[in-house]
Amino acid sequence: MNLLWVVLLPLIGTLVPLFTERFGRNICAFCVALLPAWSLILVLMYAPDIFNGQAIRQTIEWIPAIGLEVSFRLDGLSLLFLLLILGIGLLVILYARYYLSLKDSMSRFYVYLMLFMAAMVGIVTSNNLIQLWMFWELTSISSFLLISFWSHKSEARKGARMALTVTGAGGLALLAGLLLIGRIVGSYDLDTVLASSDIIHAHAAYPVALILVLLGAFTKSAQFPFHFWLPHAMAAPTPVSAYLHSATMVKAGIFLMARFYPVLAGTDLWFIIVSLTGLTTLLLGAYIALFKHDLKGLLAYSTISHLGLITLLLGLNSPLAAVAAIFHIINHATFKASLFMAAGIIDHESGSRDMRQLNGLWQYMPYTATLAIVAALAMAGVPLLNGFLSKEMFFAETLNQSVLGSLSWTIPLLAVIGAAFSVAYSLRFIHDVFFNGQPVDLPKTPQEPPRYVRIPVEILVALCLLVGIFPAFVVGDLLHIASFAVLDHTVPVHNLAIWHGLNLPLLMSFMAMVGGVILYYNRRHLFEFQSHFDTTDAKHIFERTIQSLVKAAESITNTLENGSLQRYVFTLLLCTLVMGGLPLIELTQNSGTRASIPLDGVTIVCALLMIFSAVATVIWHRRRFLALIFLSVVGLIVSLTFAKFSAPDLALTQLSVEIVTIILLLLALFFLPQSSLKESSNRRLSVDLLVAGLIGCVIGTLCYAMLTTPLNTMSDFFIANSKTGGGGTNVVNVILVDFRGFDTLGEIIVLGIAALGIFKLIANMRIAIPARDDKGRAWSNDPHPMMLEVVSQSLLPLALLVSAYIFLRGHNMPGGGFIAGLITSVAIIQQYIAHGVQWIKPRVTIDYQWIIASGILIATATGLGSWLFGQAFLSTWFDYFSLPWIGKFELASAMLFDLGVYLTVVGAVMLILANLGKLTTSERLDIQENN
Amino acid sequence: MLHLPILPILLPMLAAALMLLPPLSQSITRQRLFAVTIMITLVIVSVWLLLTCHQQGTQLYVLGGWQPPFGIALVADRLSALMVLLTAILGLGAQLYACAGDDKEGMYFHPLFMFQMLGVNGAFLTGDIFNLFVFFEVLLIASYALLIHGGGKQKTKANVHYVILNLVGSSIFLFALGILYGTLGTLNIQDMAMKVVSLNEQQQALTKAGGLLLLVVFGLKAALLPLHFWLPKTYAATSAPVAALFAIMTKIGVYSILRVHMTIFGQDAGALAHMAIPWLWPLALLTIVMGTIGVLASPGLRLSIANLVVVSVGTLLLAVAIQRESATSAALYYMIHSTFITGALFLIADMITKQRGKAEDRYVIARPLQNPKILGIAFFIAALTVVGMPPFSGFVSKILILQAANSMRETLWVWPILLLISLVFLVALSRAGTTIFWRAAGDNTQGKPLAPLKCIAIALLLGASPVLVIFGGPITQYTQLTAAQLHSKAPLPNSKLPIKKAKEMPTGQSHNAN
Repeated sequence: MNLLWVVLLPLIGTLVPLFTERFGRNICAFCVALLPAWSLILVLMYAPDIFNGQAIRQTIEWIPAIGLEVSFRLDGLSLLFLLLILGIGLLVILYARYYLSLKDSMSRFYVYLMLFMAAMVGIVTSNNLIQLWMFWELTSISSFLLISFWSHKSEARKGARMALTVTGAGGLALLAGLLLIGRIVGSYDLDTVLASSDIIHAHAAYPVALILVLLGAFTKSAQFPFHFWLPHAMAAPTPVSAYLHSATMVKAGIFLMARFYPVLAGTDLWFIIVSLTGLTTLLLGAYIALFKHDLKGLLAYSTISHLGLITLLLGLNSPLAAVAAIFHIINHATFKASLFMAAGIIDHESGSRDMRQLNGLWQYMPYTATLAIVAALAMAGVPLLNGFLSKEMFFAETLNQSVLGSLSWTIPLLAVIGAAFSVAYSLRFIHDVFFNGQPVDLPKTPQEPPRYVRIPVEILVALCLLVGIFPAFVVGDLLHIASFAVLDHTVPVHNLAIWHGLNLPLLMSFMAMVGGVILYYNRRHLFEFQSHFDTTDAKHIFERTIQSLVKAAESITNTLENGSLQRYVFTLLLCTLVMGGLPLIELTQNSGTRASIPLDGVTIVCALLMIFSAVATVIWHRRRFLALIFLSVVGLIVSLTFAKFSAPDLALTQLSVEIVTIILLLLALFFLPQSSLKESSNRRLSVDLLVAGLIGCVIGTLCYAMLTTPLNTMSDFFIANSKTGGGGTNVVNVILVDFRGFDTLGEIIVLGIAALGIFKLIANMRIAIPARDDKGRAWSNDPHPMMLEVVSQSLLPLALLVSAYIFLRGHNMPGGGFIAGLITSVAIIQQYIAHGVQWIKPRVTIDYQWIIASGILIATATGLGSWLFGQAFLSTWFDYFSLPWIGKFELASAMLFDLGVYLTVVGAVMLILANLGKLTTSERLDIQENN
Repeated sequence: MLHLPILPILLPMLAAALMLLPPLSQSITRQRLFAVTIMITLVIVSVWLLLTCHQQGTQLYVLGGWQPPFGIALVADRLSALMVLLTAILGLGAQLYACAGDDKEGMYFHPLFMFQMLGVNGAFLTGDIFNLFVFFEVLLIASYALLIHGGGKQKTKANVHYVILNLVGSSIFLFALGILYGTLGTLNIQDMAMKVVSLNEQQQALTKAGGLLLLVVFGLKAALLPLHFWLPKTYAATSAPVAALFAIMTKIGVYSILRVHMTIFGQDAGALAHMAIPWLWPLALLTIVMGTIGVLASPGLRLSIANLVVVSVGTLLLAVAIQRESATSAALYYMIHSTFITGALFLIADMITKQRGKAEDRYVIARPLQNPKILGIAFFIAALTVVGMPPFSGFVSKILILQAANSMRETLWVWPILLLISLVFLVALSRAGTTIFWRAAGDNTQGKPLAPLKCIAIALLLGASPVLVIFGGPITQYTQLTAAQLHSKAPLPNSKLPIKKAKEMPTGQSHNAN
């Protein structure tokens, strides 16, 4: 036998309905019941050991990093709860078989129900705090699914969400509490935790842990002020109300308090919080229950009230009170589940749950009425029924406390008042529904329900009677071992008897009975009194709260994320300013030790020109053409700078990039509006100017500091190894194709992707093109002057030759594939400009994307070639050969790589250009024709 | 296999180039078959790499055979291998989904997708900071192109923001690299970490500026507050497979922060140690808060998910900011979990959107879904995972982070925020789910069955959630070892391939090969 199976069987049971539904409802329900029944049998087989005072444990390691283990233990308290969960669960399965109508999906219902059952079994048998929490949350989830079972109803959806939110919030608090306890104790093992009472009590974080755990318990067990979700959970089908929201799930909170009773109880804080919360809940629930016209509403508030009673008992910090609490758990579960089931039958058979319509049902369904009346009397605490016994114990315990110091005498009084209300609403349930004249406008004529649906009610009512008449015999041992577990192995002497002699508790019971009858008799006055108050529906308050939260969130987001690119860029630059600027404050001296290069006239003029052009670009950015020209000036001076500081490769690259870029920009700008409005306010401009200026200062300072600091970089290595290791005297080229060839490979891919991306963007784009420019001049009818055509055509071979030359010399002299590619591109661009796309199209049939792809492939294949020689990717090879006529020359694998670079560059530039150009020609022709 | 570390880069590179050429370029069917084959191979290679790194230690791959720090080195340690595997599986999911039809809505989907994979894998594998920049460019430019896949005004508008912001970001990246190269004189990340200790005071200040500028760049990529503005609308607007793949994109920012601010400016960096942490703490917390507010405020599902991405970034960086080994391990677990789950969510949201007519993904009453059962279950699992409810991976990652926030101060900041956002997600997603699935009007049109490829894709990504819990033990063990590796300063391993004997440096230079 294996303890694991107790949990696993119901869990596997979640799948059963999916496979058995097709065989009909009876077989489906029967099969669903099999596994929990098996699980119950397993539990019963363990029972003898438990009654002998043992606890059974089983542990499997799972995620040690979070202290999560699959760990179960079975002791008296678990046993008690398992019997309730599995026993009542089986009854509910039977009940639901007849309750659900043909329209409802039976399998879905049973899946959720079994999931819940497994979760509940998991909670009560967990021996690991985190695993306990897992199952705890699973009950919230399954409860959500069950409440929203009739999801087309608005109240079901809202009720489910509310229940999920409240219990979910509690679950999170519980998680924090459990983690805190785990941190205090140093273990998440329940056994260890339960044995560490002293450590926990003494720890500074004890109050926090206690409050967090209690938040979890109170939300789950619908304690004030979190009780409001429970009545709205009644939108669930009645079997669910009977099972989850009276007998089991709401008891999970109580279970939690009982489970941690040895380590959390016994302090003043526990005393005050738990007992006062319980008392408030008890009174509030009992009071409101009386005014509910809905049968299930009355039962829901009654449940809240009884849960309050149990909580109060647990809060009293007295062992006897704890025993009473456990006893009442059993009693409440039996009578309340049967009452809910009876209410469900009444609803089902009469079509209404409103006590203003339901009257005199005794004539129609005497058998059901008898069962319901017995259960209701148990709820009222009438002698010879189980409710009486635990209420008696409760009264006795209220007399033995001193919660409120000298005001403690109020507690028994309030308890009696609460009990009186409980008697009153029980009377109302009995009298209003089964007697009190004739039914009013019922949708259906009530009748007795089918035989089998009454069986669960009969069993539960029989239990109420058996426990009520032979308490010690029926539940004595169970109560003992459960208390044994809760009270840490010291159970006080308690006497489960009906008659304890004439004493104060009996008198209190009597007073409650009389008071209840009086209250009920005068209910008209009470109802009138109550009608003066606004009846606020918790559902509406909840929905309104959520709505206002959403509204607030919306206004915050809309204010911050207003979709303005300017703002986003501004933020980015501001961050740059702060991050780049702050460290500069720590910098005491911004110039390093390096000597400065003497200034000369040309440099100064160039620098001034560059500054002027940069500023001019910004100032005239709305006059696109002008701005573009200034931009190109900046670029040209940058290339001159490269040339001056002995970087001819860079200068060449920059120069050709500049040309290609400006041409492409010109083309692109053609499609944009020729002039744009001034959109920024002066205030915005000045703020932007300020930030831009500051960033300029920061970057300028950084540059100055960098340039004046002596460099100690690995550049020297490249210079030293360029010829010997890379086979080239042009260090820049060797860096590009060898030392850092991988970067180059990446960059040509970037270029290729850019071309593909632009093509992707504009391939199907159709932009209307103005027939005139911004000054109102019509575009020339002769876009391809003959002079240009002739000159550029004759230049083409020359340009290609130059690019071949630049390509070949690259490894040793300024040049290389990248520059050569750009030169080729410029030469072809010139053909496009001179002849137009229409002319080129039939002459160049090659697909440019193929050129890009082959470029990338050649470069990659060159790199892969080194694999054949057992070298790393992109390892190069070179050697010197000599041929007659040509003389000594070098062959290097890097040149093949460079060819890849060359092809990719040409392909990318041409793909962009050809497609931008294509857009122009066709569209403009169309427009002219239209005009 | 000697060349294993570079395979995750070369495979997609070759695949992309081949798909631009005939015969593959002419038929989408051929491209799909080819691309899926490549992606499956990539997953296998990534698993292989991960096992190799796990069992045999960090793998060094020296490109061109140039000894580090002079040549570019790929360094595949546990973290890199994990990220590459993550990318491969996510990519496979997104790609399978696209193969059901989304890939036809624009040109070059598959080649661009492969280029994207190449860029991402490169960024994860490189051990050289300039090479990281190059791969950032590759993945960015591919992402620009992918974002507009399918076309439309929304996508183009969002893309303009994305492109311009990232171009500014790239410039700042270059500034930062220039500064760091100027003071440290090297580009190899491991080498930078060694050099950073021996800087003089002036160099320290400059290096700090460089390091913090990198934080801006990576923060922009990761969508860290206040640089997150671009993300929600961009992710919500783009096509589903791209959005799903982009679940990894923010993680690249986080990964880079880990590499730069834990490897270079980690605990051994002397005066520059932990320079980003004072910034990360408040910014990460605020990111979480703002993202959560965004989730609550979102009028539609896709925007909600996009805001969830923001929250996940905040959570990740919060865990990073704790700077404890257990916290880093928690962050890594969370990274795996959140990548898959946001990917899956974007796909689910797309399927929902396409079944709701004009209402799309907005939280309004609309016609009922055609396949409420499958989509409902998928959404339910995903939502539970996001909220952090058991039995799915969200709760494990949440508990890991909560436990890692060990000190009083950390507990006070981290616990309330992480627990409260779970509650907000619970409220927001239960509202979303009940509205989309249950508040329906009109006829229940019995629709066509769902495209099997799409379902497989979702199952693949969503399946990670229970798998992460069931195999939580070994996975957390791996993340712990990874965190330990990140926090220790291990020298680079020896290359398995021959290294060129470089000529000795001129005398007086401090650079020696390690």
